[in-house]
Amino acid sequence: MHIPDGFLANEVALACAVPAAICVGVGIRRADVELDERRVPLLGVTAAFIFAAQMLNFPVAGGTSGHLLGATLAAILLGPWLACLVLAVVLTVQAFVFADGGLTALGANVLNMGVIGALLVGGLTTAARSVAPKATLAISAVGAWLAVMAGAGAASLELAFSGTVPAETVVPTMLGVHALIGVGEAVVTVAAVSAVLLTRPDLIHRPHRPLARPVLAGAR
Amino acid sequence: MRRFTILALAVAVGLATAVSPFASSRPDGLERVAADQAFSDDGRLATLQEDAPAPDYALPGIGDGRLATGLAGLAGTLLVFGSGYGVAVVARRRRSPA
Repeated sequence: MHIPDGFLANEVALACAVPAAICVGVGIRRADVELDERRVPLLGVTAAFIFAAQMLNFPVAGGTSGHLLGATLAAILLGPWLACLVLAVVLTVQAFVFADGGLTALGANVLNMGVIGALLVGGLTTAARSVAPKATLAISAVGAWLAVMAGAGAASLELAFSGTVPAETVVPTMLGVHALIGVGEAVVTVAAVSAVLLTRPDLIHRPHRPLARPVLAGAR
Repeated sequence: MRRFTILALAVAVGLATAVSPFASSRPDGLERVAADQAFSDDGRLATLQEDAPAPDYALPGIGDGRLATGLAGLAGTLLVFGSGYGVAVVARRRRSPA
């Protein structure tokens, strides 16, 4: 779902880059509080795993393939704001080193494949913590599918607003194919989260951790 | 944490190096829609990207396509790990302790 340069009008690209940059900025600011020293490598590992998994295109119907986006996985492990940062790292390396996804479209790609899914899953996690505090796997599955659909919907609207393709044709086709890709996203996300739950359940992000409290682990 | 990091990184490197050369080469969702609705040709590389080190996830100068993809996956995964780790370290140091 990497949008190359040329698909988006400059105004649309800018309108996407601003919220994307703000959310990544929040992620950088929150790193201090949300990322105690012990968990610093987790950010690198999560980014590396998402990069690797994004290379693994799986076939879906109609001669099309899909791959993991990873925002849900990152949000479950690191919380929504650091997830925005993780996806920004992955997508920036992909754009500059592998020419995948445009440079002016980078903000839109961070928004579609990172921010939207991360905040959506962050919201789900927060909403679920009072009713079903142990629903991590259910949130992973549902969140993953919804994140892909929301990202695909946003990408469609950006293309439509840019005048590249009419909304009434791009929205249904993008959502149709991503309804299948989202199932793949859910399967991979649940598998990865299960692996972490089995080996290091303490690494799963806990949204209820009070943010104002000083992080003792960082004090040495 | 060190054990988890090494293990998880090994899984990522393994997937990117050994599995990615065998991944589906069909167009992804957006590429398919762009082709079907005839706007693929609007896409172009930015000037900077014309000199990208490994366009389309293939290390240049390697005849075997699968090997080129696997090595690009290996290099990319390590680069992304380093970048993510580096960003995390810098972001934590940025704010002076309260």
